[in-house]
Order: sequence, then structure tokens, then C-alpha cells
Amino acid sequence: MADEISPTDPADPTERVTDTSYREVASTGRESTPRPAEEKSSALKDLVAPIAGFGVTFKTMLTKPVTEEYPEDKRPTAPRYHGRHVLNRHADGLEKCVGCELCAWACPADAIYVEGADNTEEARFSPGERYGAVYQINYLRCIFCGLCIEACPTRALTMSNEYELADDSRQDLIFTKDQLLAPLLPGMEAPPHPMRLGEDEKAYYAGKATPAEKTEAQE
Amino acid sequence: MGIEEKIPDGILLTNVAKLLNTARKNSVWPAQFGLACCAIEMMAVGGPRFDIARFGMERFSASPRQADLMIVAGRVSQKMAPVLRQIYDQMPEPKWVLAMGVCASSGGMFNNYAIVQGVDHIVPVDMYLPGCPPRPEMLLDAILKLHEKIKHGPISGKPDWTTIDGAPYEKPIERDTRSSKSLPVDVEIQPYLTAPFPGSGT
Repeated sequence: MADEISPTDPADPTERVTDTSYREVASTGRESTPRPAEEKSSALKDLVAPIAGFGVTFKTMLTKPVTEEYPEDKRPTAPRYHGRHVLNRHADGLEKCVGCELCAWACPADAIYVEGADNTEEARFSPGERYGAVYQINYLRCIFCGLCIEACPTRALTMSNEYELADDSRQDLIFTKDQLLAPLLPGMEAPPHPMRLGEDEKAYYAGKATPAEKTEAQE
Repeated sequence: MGIEEKIPDGILLTNVAKLLNTARKNSVWPAQFGLACCAIEMMAVGGPRFDIARFGMERFSASPRQADLMIVAGRVSQKMAPVLRQIYDQMPEPKWVLAMGVCASSGGMFNNYAIVQGVDHIVPVDMYLPGCPPRPEMLLDAILKLHEKIKHGPISGKPDWTTIDGAPYEKPIERDTRSSKSLPVDVEIQPYLTAPFPGSGT
């Protein structure tokens, strides 16, 4: 097979020797004829170069420092930053989570654990049939990708911009439902309680009546 | 370690402990253990915008002998685990470990045979930091929480939580997991560092 290699093959050793000799000729030719103008400008450049280098330093000394004074001066994150999760509520305080476990199914890191349970007439936690009885997110598995948010059919699970989550215990970084639930705003009532936003389901989800108006109407 | 552990903590020693721990807190030198994408965020913390030097952590030590805090940034593979342990063993007392990111803390989304499911299987971890990767502010927050922990620690500088079944924490963690893996339990467990690697022969 060796005799089949053509003379122009780059792998041919004789070709490489020729290349080297070419390079030697070229370099000696350039050294023998330096241009006078180029020499002059390079000498000036050599003189100015250290000062020009310090120019960057001096210029930076006059600019405002870019350092963020983090613990004292917390800059806001991007508005859509993926931070800690929040389990949202309806306007009357009932939980939006229906315990469907779609978030747990979507999670690539298996960080979410949900156990659903049935609502009863005596104890109603969410409108509809079911609610999330147990809801846990393991923040040492969660990668904050937001696939759970996309999967949630009732918009019960969203993300906040909170990011200061470091802890020294693995146990404490598994957030439970009471830590994840949104705080009760004025007009909300802690579940379990009946649906307070309308006579039927259609009126409830339309959100026409706020709980305050409802109580006024009853009076 | 020394005389300070043989004497019970009195009023004088409490003040000495406060002084010592304040000094320790303000000069924690991190050992870099960047393994994956978290290391990029760790580098950002060392840069001008977040500037870890504001907390006395100017020098990211490339040698474990001059380091106090190991920031494990990234996923630790099973092959990297002995290296990590060796770096930790080479660090002088008192020393702390910060598991940065979910992979270092618990394996994260890499729940597979190749990744150690949390570096606390290998070294005692003082602070877990979630995030994938955590933003630089999160790392600063974790470091500040660790500073608080160091400040209120005992005089020896060792965190007291690391005592496992009465054994001091500098001993290698030996957990007998054979019963959960349905392996024979009548064989005595080998110490961590002297145990021959399985399948390596004599």
C-alpha cells in the first residue's frame, strides 16, 4: 500500500522536508530587509506601551466600582427569576392545588412529593373534588427548572424570587406544605371552609364576588 | 486536640472562644473544589462584582494545607470521591465544608450509579446550598450563614453537630449500610481508609 501514496500527499515525509526548507528561506529573507519606517514606529510604541498599559488602570480608578454590596444592598433579581416555590390560594383562602401530582410527574429530579386526598363537605381545602394533603419539595434535589410550574393545571404552583435557602440540615431543606403555602391575605380565611366566592362553581371561578362583598350582601 | 479541650469552658475561655471564632470567621480561606457548572458561579463570586474578598476570603487556596473551607462546587462522581476525601484530610483543623449546589448536596437530578448522592457520604458538610447552579448571591448567603455558625461555635472551632454516635467528626464516617442492602452482616466492617478496594485482590 505504501507505493500508492502520491507525491503531493501531506503525509509523505519528503514533502514535509521541502516545507521546512521553504520556511527557512522566507524567514531569512525578511530579516535581511527591515523597513526603516516600521522600525521607527515600533521604537515609539515600545516607549509608550507601559504607559498605555497603565492608562487602563488609571481610567478604571476614576470609574464607579461594580461591586454589589450584597448583604446590605440586595439588588432585585430578574422578574421571572426561578426562586422558591409558592402554593397559591383562591381569593377566599382555599388552596388552588388539587393534588393531581402532575408537578411530581414533570419533575426531572424527583424533588416533589404529593399525596392527594378527597375534599368532604365538612372539611373543604380546595374547590373541586381533591386537594393536596401532603406536599413536599426537596430543595436539595430541585433544580429550579420550572417544569412543575408548566405542568400545573390550576396555576397553584408558581415560583417566587426568593433565593436565600442555604441551611445546615438536609431535613430542613425539605419544605412542607405549610412552608410553601402563600400567606393569607386580608379577606382570606384559612381552610377548611366552604367555597365563598359564589353560589355555584361557575361563579366561583369567574371570581365576580370577593369575600368582603359576599359578607356585606349577607348582612 | 489541645489543652483547650481538657479544661471545661469557663468565663475566660468563653471570651477567648469568642475572640478566636471572630478571627476564624473573618479569615476563612476557601479551598477550590470546582467540579462542574457551579464552579463558574464560584468564580463569579471571586470576581469584582460579588467580591468574596469583602468577607476575608481573598485567597482561593489551590493547596489544601492553606485552606479552611472546602467549597464543593459541582457533582462528585464515584471516582472523584476518594480525591475529595484526601483533599479534606489534608486540610488543617478547624475546617469546614460547604456543599454548593444540589448535586454536591444530594446528587440533585443525577440520581444514578455514577454520582455520589451528596458529599456528606464522604465528608461532614456544614452548609448545604440549593440551586442549580446557585447564583453568586446564594453562595454569599451560604458563606455568611456559615460565618454565623463559626462565630457561635466552640473554642476548638469544630462544629458540635458532627459527633456521630459519640465518635468525633474527624474520624471517617463509617456507616453500616449492609443490612439495608441485604448483604451478610456477620463480617466485621472495615475502617474506611484501610479497607481494600473491592475486586483489587490482595
